[in-house]
Amino acid sequence: MTVGARHGVPVRIETNLVPLFYIFGALAVVAALSVVAQRMPVHSALSLIVVLCSLAVVYLLLGAEFVAVIQVIVYAGAIMVLFVFVIMLLNAGRETPSHRSRMAHWLGAPLVAAFLLEVLFAIWRQFPAGASHAAAAVDAGPAAIGHLLFRNYVLPFEVTSILILVAILGAVVLAKKEF
Amino acid sequence: MATFSDTGWLLLITLIKIAVVVLVMLTSIAYLTWLERKVVAHIQSRWGPYLVGYSGLMQPLADGLKFILKEDIVPLEVDTIVYWLAPFLALTLAFLSIAVIPFGESFTIHGRTIFFQITDLNVGLLFVFAVTSLGVYSVALAGWSSNSKYPLLGGLRSSAQMISYELSLGLAVVGVLMMAGTLSLRGIVDSQSGFWHIAGVNTFLPHWNIFVQPVGFLVYFTAAVADTNRVPFDLPEGESELVGGYHTEYSSMKFAMFFMSEYANMITVSCLATILFFGGWHGPVFGPYVLRVLLPVFWFCFKLFCFLFFYIWMRGTLPRFRYDQLMAFGWKFLLPLGLLNVLATSFVVARISSP
Repeated sequence: MTVGARHGVPVRIETNLVPLFYIFGALAVVAALSVVAQRMPVHSALSLIVVLCSLAVVYLLLGAEFVAVIQVIVYAGAIMVLFVFVIMLLNAGRETPSHRSRMAHWLGAPLVAAFLLEVLFAIWRQFPAGASHAAAAVDAGPAAIGHLLFRNYVLPFEVTSILILVAILGAVVLAKKEF
Repeated sequence: MATFSDTGWLLLITLIKIAVVVLVMLTSIAYLTWLERKVVAHIQSRWGPYLVGYSGLMQPLADGLKFILKEDIVPLEVDTIVYWLAPFLALTLAFLSIAVIPFGESFTIHGRTIFFQITDLNVGLLFVFAVTSLGVYSVALAGWSSNSKYPLLGGLRSSAQMISYELSLGLAVVGVLMMAGTLSLRGIVDSQSGFWHIAGVNTFLPHWNIFVQPVGFLVYFTAAVADTNRVPFDLPEGESELVGGYHTEYSSMKFAMFFMSEYANMITVSCLATILFFGGWHGPVFGPYVLRVLLPVFWFCFKLFCFLFFYIWMRGTLPRFRYDQLMAFGWKFLLPLGLLNVLATSFVVARISSP
């Protein structure tokens, strides 16, 4: 089954593993809906973690073990921990539904539908039904990603790290003001 | 009669392996508690458990029975879903990382090579770290959902501690990774076979990473003890300040799950220490085929046992850190030391690989 493209080359999942793709794809969608639907902020955050982990499983099925594991370490294991931490510290209780603005009330659903249709159309145009693609083996191991990151994209990589450093310094300066 | 396909065999063998590993893990966890009580007792000039069975060897069974039969008290106003989820999450994650641990070499039966490992991921080490990093949730959520102040404080403390020490844990192994050139745990063990040769002379010193990465090992083991919330870093459950920490409001089997996950995590980090720094299953191997298959497993278990004993020994010896000392130690000493080790190792590796 073809499920996506990398460098314009379609990526396939082994036939044996296709049921797993459907299970975890469905789990990701259900959990994503639950992020929005939950009233308790902690439950929303937990649902988001489920989304991230099921996406990691999908990456794993596509043969990108490294990306899958990094997804769990960085997003589920570090960033979401901070989210949960803050929610717990603020002791955020049950959300009360606010009075929706009239514009959101009338335009919300049509806009969401239009966006979904656009995404579906884009996917459908890239992979017309019935077209067969040759399976392509793309090396997504740690070594290949390291080569890409430190040879081809070394400048953007370093610029990003400096950006993050500046952000950290800014956060420290802002926090220090209190004392 | 239908013949079994290759996939079928693989599935069957893997299922058998999982069953065996889970059984062995559960038994080791049970007897680790017995060992801990016995060793700490003897350090403190007591007898420890001795009534149930010979030398109290049946004590873990009695404990398990007690856990099952105890009343399960759920406090008022808990967040039911999260309160139930936390202990299950703790135990599941603790058992998950065992899947990539190689316990021994391999053996051939009916033309099939079977490895002493459930699965060999090419990012095995990162997989273990990913699972450990998720372990923070079980502690933090247990503390939060109990709707009680001591568990909340314990949960917050422990998440802060686990996040801080996970950095050092990750940095400590980078040196080993640079020398092995792989993230697969089997690959890392394979890279440590044979002896160290200095200027072409055989030193008869095992080719283990501990001899070239002593700093890395110290950082790793300290961070690992902190990450598993054990003495001297067991602040999340410091009973003199927090009653029992994050699991104060848990009783019966749910408490037992936290308890078991702590011991399972101890076993996992000790397995990793053995694999990364002490050559995994490598050791003197001789004799007939059966012995040559089983001796590596024995060496692995022996090294593992030494680490677990050391854990318990520390518990009987060291006092608990103060919380600010713990944070200062992690961020101002352990983390820079880990970074320096990475820097030094990378210089040496670069020098050797490009003369």
